[in-house]
Amino acid sequence: MKIIVCLKQVPKNDSILRINDQGNWIQDRDLTYEINESDAYGLEAALQLKEKQGGEVIALSLGPARVQSVIKEALARGADRGIHLEDPAFDKLDAYGIAAVISAAAKAEGFDLLLTGLQSDDYGFAQTGVIAAELLGLPHATIVMDVQPGDGSLRVKRELENGYFQWVSMPAPAVLTIQSGINTLRYATLKGIMGAKKKEIKKLDVTALGIDKAALAPRMEFLRVYVPQKSKQTQFIEGSPAEIAASLMEKLRNEARVF
Amino acid sequence: MANGILVYIEHVDGKINRASLEAVRAAQLIAGQTGQEISAVVLGQGIGDIANEIAGKKLNSVYTVENDWLKTYTADGVTHALRQVIEQTQPALVLLTHTYEVRDFAPKLAASMNRVLVGDCISFRIENGKAVFTRQVFQGKLAADVVPVGDTPHFVSFQIGSYRGDESEAGQASVSALTVNLDADLVRQQPEERFKEAKAAVDLSQAPLIVSVGRGIKEQKNIEIVKQLAEAFGAELAASRPICDNEWLPMDRQIGSSGQTVAPKLYMAIGISGAIQHLVGMKGARTIVAINKDPEAPIFEIADYGIVGDLFEIVPALTAEAKK
Repeated sequence: MKIIVCLKQVPKNDSILRINDQGNWIQDRDLTYEINESDAYGLEAALQLKEKQGGEVIALSLGPARVQSVIKEALARGADRGIHLEDPAFDKLDAYGIAAVISAAAKAEGFDLLLTGLQSDDYGFAQTGVIAAELLGLPHATIVMDVQPGDGSLRVKRELENGYFQWVSMPAPAVLTIQSGINTLRYATLKGIMGAKKKEIKKLDVTALGIDKAALAPRMEFLRVYVPQKSKQTQFIEGSPAEIAASLMEKLRNEARVF
Repeated sequence: MANGILVYIEHVDGKINRASLEAVRAAQLIAGQTGQEISAVVLGQGIGDIANEIAGKKLNSVYTVENDWLKTYTADGVTHALRQVIEQTQPALVLLTHTYEVRDFAPKLAASMNRVLVGDCISFRIENGKAVFTRQVFQGKLAADVVPVGDTPHFVSFQIGSYRGDESEAGQASVSALTVNLDADLVRQQPEERFKEAKAAVDLSQAPLIVSVGRGIKEQKNIEIVKQLAEAFGAELAASRPICDNEWLPMDRQIGSSGQTVAPKLYMAIGISGAIQHLVGMKGARTIVAINKDPEAPIFEIADYGIVGDLFEIVPALTAEAKK
């Protein structure tokens, strides 16, 4: 089974975010990055499928030179090779643009399964995998918890709302978006890190992928980005732990009247 | 010429997903400023009662589509059916609520028509006659004002809880049936019955007091201090998703979009940063207390009382105070 897993590099979860001078996104400088959380679970799902079924796992990432660290991390954890999609034209793409580039690369590569995380921790569109499926003309399922490959088909467990789940079957190849927390992430071993150095990372740009730049035109404009206004006025309680405890209990009893 | 707003109505087991009424309310508020007509669409089989219920809202029309291929939800079935409805009715704006179902098909639908979906918005406003949508980025740490670009229809989904479905205005809309063409080649997913993993032993939705624990607790053994606080309060113990994923607490204690939705008198969030998926499950609480070491944590956006500090010091102090 040939699996392509898409890995987005995002600012670390606890990053301090500063708005850029144009006021329409964040400043890139001084940030440290990590693999988008649900994408890491997609990678783990791919590696576990390969261990059971055999085949190949290809780690794909789109972005500037820094995203190579995400691909290298995936190779160290056990992916077989990498694809790095890099071009100035890929800067600040929206979900459709990212999906257009990924689907062009995936189509050229060929695959049985294309995996993404269910949403990114930066833009949070939750659209890229589904749009890629549409552009590739393939069936898809989202918020996937478990994957059972069959003969030319797949049976996947989807998470629904309110504690419900559902198994859905579809022909392969297919595109799945993976839910966070469905497996236990592995760490790269020293052997894995050493082995990763010999693995291939193929770089592809807009020309190599034969992408019509018109497809990458933004479909939404970010007018401004800002720290959200509070919908509630929060009373912050300060002091020693004992003082905080006494003050909070007093407020809960006499102000909020919850006891 | 495209105009008007089309609202997608979701249903399961013969009942409207109440979250869809939030999109109806959003459509009414937008139309109140733009003067657009609003229609709603219900897809499925045996959907007469659902259509009639929606027709009791202040809308211009309700479209129904009955088709064997829409008996159970599939991404392919709904995408193709809704696309044909849109081509027949020519709306300028398609509004949806950002449910798991909508997340599953709406990006495909918009892409299939070469249109944009501005997903997971929390509000709109009209600026110079154009709708501007606000959506959260970086998991709620920042907000972004976004306008859709390109040809209509534009697709917009609103996060659950952004508008009050129970405030949607009543009225009398006409109901008319539309026909779509679907077949086995188009509908590739074969869904099985929905199921629950384990019967929820605890119904947290009725609990007046809830003490909830998140990732900040660091280790399973530390949950004990939160348990002691819950006992001292006489509160139910609950958790955010990572805690249940790690099996530190059973899944029937999970609050959020994939767990239970609660609206207690008191919700105390301990070491919970407040990812959107968690907030949708508890933001209806009357009083929210948040204890977190990160002053920027989104949970403070909705907290009535905030404590920035070390939960390992504050929680035992609270337990001691509550026992006094």
